[in-house]
Amino acid sequence: MAQKVTLPLTALALLTVASPSFAQELNALVWCDHTDPALIEPFEEKFGVTVNLKEYEGTAAGLAILDQSQPGDWDVLVIDAVDVGRAVEAGYLAELPAAELPTQNFFPELVMAENNTVDGKTYAVTEKFGYNTISFDKTKVDPADMEDMATLTSGKYDGRIAIYDYYLPVIGLVALSQGINTSDITAENLPSLKEPLMKLRAASKQVSDVVSAQTALATGEVDIVVGGGEWLTAVLAADNPNLDWTIPKQGGLRWAQSIGVVAGSTQPDLALEFVKYIVSPEGQAKLATSSCYWGMPANAKTGDALSMEQRDVLRWKEQPDFLKRAQLYPIPDAALDTAMQDMWTEMLNQ
Amino acid sequence: MTLAAAEKRLGWGLAAPALLWTVAFFVLPFLAMLALSFARMEGREVVAGFDPGNYIRIFTDWTMFKALLNSLEITVVVTVVSVVLAYPLAAIIAFRVPARWQRLALLLAVLPFWTSYVVRSYAWLLVLGQNGVVNKALLGLGLIAEPLEIAATRTATVIGFVHFFVMLLTLTIYANLIQLSPNYARAAADLGAGRWQTFRHVILPLTLPGVVTGAFLTFVLCIGDYITPQILGGNAELTLPQLIMLQMGRSGNFPLASALSVVLMAVVTLAYFASSRWLRLDRV
Repeated sequence: MAQKVTLPLTALALLTVASPSFAQELNALVWCDHTDPALIEPFEEKFGVTVNLKEYEGTAAGLAILDQSQPGDWDVLVIDAVDVGRAVEAGYLAELPAAELPTQNFFPELVMAENNTVDGKTYAVTEKFGYNTISFDKTKVDPADMEDMATLTSGKYDGRIAIYDYYLPVIGLVALSQGINTSDITAENLPSLKEPLMKLRAASKQVSDVVSAQTALATGEVDIVVGGGEWLTAVLAADNPNLDWTIPKQGGLRWAQSIGVVAGSTQPDLALEFVKYIVSPEGQAKLATSSCYWGMPANAKTGDALSMEQRDVLRWKEQPDFLKRAQLYPIPDAALDTAMQDMWTEMLNQ
Repeated sequence: MTLAAAEKRLGWGLAAPALLWTVAFFVLPFLAMLALSFARMEGREVVAGFDPGNYIRIFTDWTMFKALLNSLEITVVVTVVSVVLAYPLAAIIAFRVPARWQRLALLLAVLPFWTSYVVRSYAWLLVLGQNGVVNKALLGLGLIAEPLEIAATRTATVIGFVHFFVMLLTLTIYANLIQLSPNYARAAADLGAGRWQTFRHVILPLTLPGVVTGAFLTFVLCIGDYITPQILGGNAELTLPQLIMLQMGRSGNFPLASALSVVLMAVVTLAYFASSRWLRLDRV
């Protein structure tokens, strides 16, 4: 009798031990580009684990989720590179072993130690970047016009413009159009950006999230998306080769996203392996061409893992010039951030 | 124990799960939200206290107040248009469609419910776009020379809402109409009433509870909806739910988001009291 009971229990125990997927699940708080199975499945197969992904939009929403979670609920966090400091300050990110990260292979501008490192300790690593500039349909607008942001409010393209609904890059672009560097935006000079922002809004048809902006551009509802870039048009390139993007003479903004291990993770080693996979050329190539949105990989060695067509769409060869002409997102303190958001809300409801 | 006392205990016992559920998942969260609405932000930190500043801001900051007005305007228009369209549709199904086809007619009426709300909104975006079906048809018929600007406007938001709520209202009004005995109309006819008089003085008053119930549900669901104005409205203007989402998702200003939510609930409560005379939620 005892043997009859023991055998199934032993079998069950062996089964549990032999199937790490039952034992290990990695919980990652990510942006939508990480939800592409083509990116996640190779990691899951290699380590025999399940990666549970939760999407979020906006740093405030991500930090709120962490705030309401118990330590150990989350293992990996993807976050706007300029907000890594905020997450570290709130105690949400664990230190990473910098020596194990391939940052020596990164585009130098994308190491972003000033953002990913706090007090000499590395808390995150840049994984992907791109630009918030001007996306357009080159058969509907004069591409030469897109080289100058002043054209957008000249009246020539009134009602044919969509504004990407994210205050930081668009206010940053408006600042550049007024000759103010993104890092120089202050509470004092912010009011001077209100009039050009409202003027841009008046010339626009809509203020849209990613999908709506893509839909509007692809269906001809609008011909220009301010704040767009390769992340907006690349995923549509195969069906709409007329969609293009450029960095105007005033410059553009560079977005970058970082990845790190969440403090209190119950499986920090596995979480670190995930981070290392994402910044490896294999992971980077899949992340760069994710079905949600494309973007440049931070690891410059990824070029070999991408096809010629993919590199062309990402404008691989032009990166040195683009990187020189693009500035980082503004990093406002709490008061300036509130003022920027209030201005944005007013613009939306004007 | 008397029989009455035993029945009372049984009644409480049966109601207890629902009461506990309501207290745990409505009353307590609402009280927490109410308390949070009087907190304030210091930098990025929420500081507890009793500060009416958020409420003062909602009613004195034109951007905030305009969002409330936008929500009310859109909701009233949607509710009225939906009732006007749904009533005849429900009446046709109830009185004109043979009984054996009514089930199919109702099924067709609620078919749009079967698709995802978000997908349906994006589909409307394509239909109403400059190169969409509506503009192409109107251009093809020679009724317009230039495509109409419908997508990313309030009109698009109203169309998206009406499409959804006509279905809901059709069901509630149909449920009311079908219960109506045909003897009422016959009696009115015997007394010399014409069709319009019968409808005006007999049918409409008797079906008003169903109409008001459907209208109230439309009002509640419409004023609290975030998806349709966001997708179809193209952020051409802000509604209250969009403003709440901005405070939560972008600013992390949970006290202000809570205060806005309390205002939203207050508006719904007022709508409830305004319609409570006719409201019959058991007709839903």
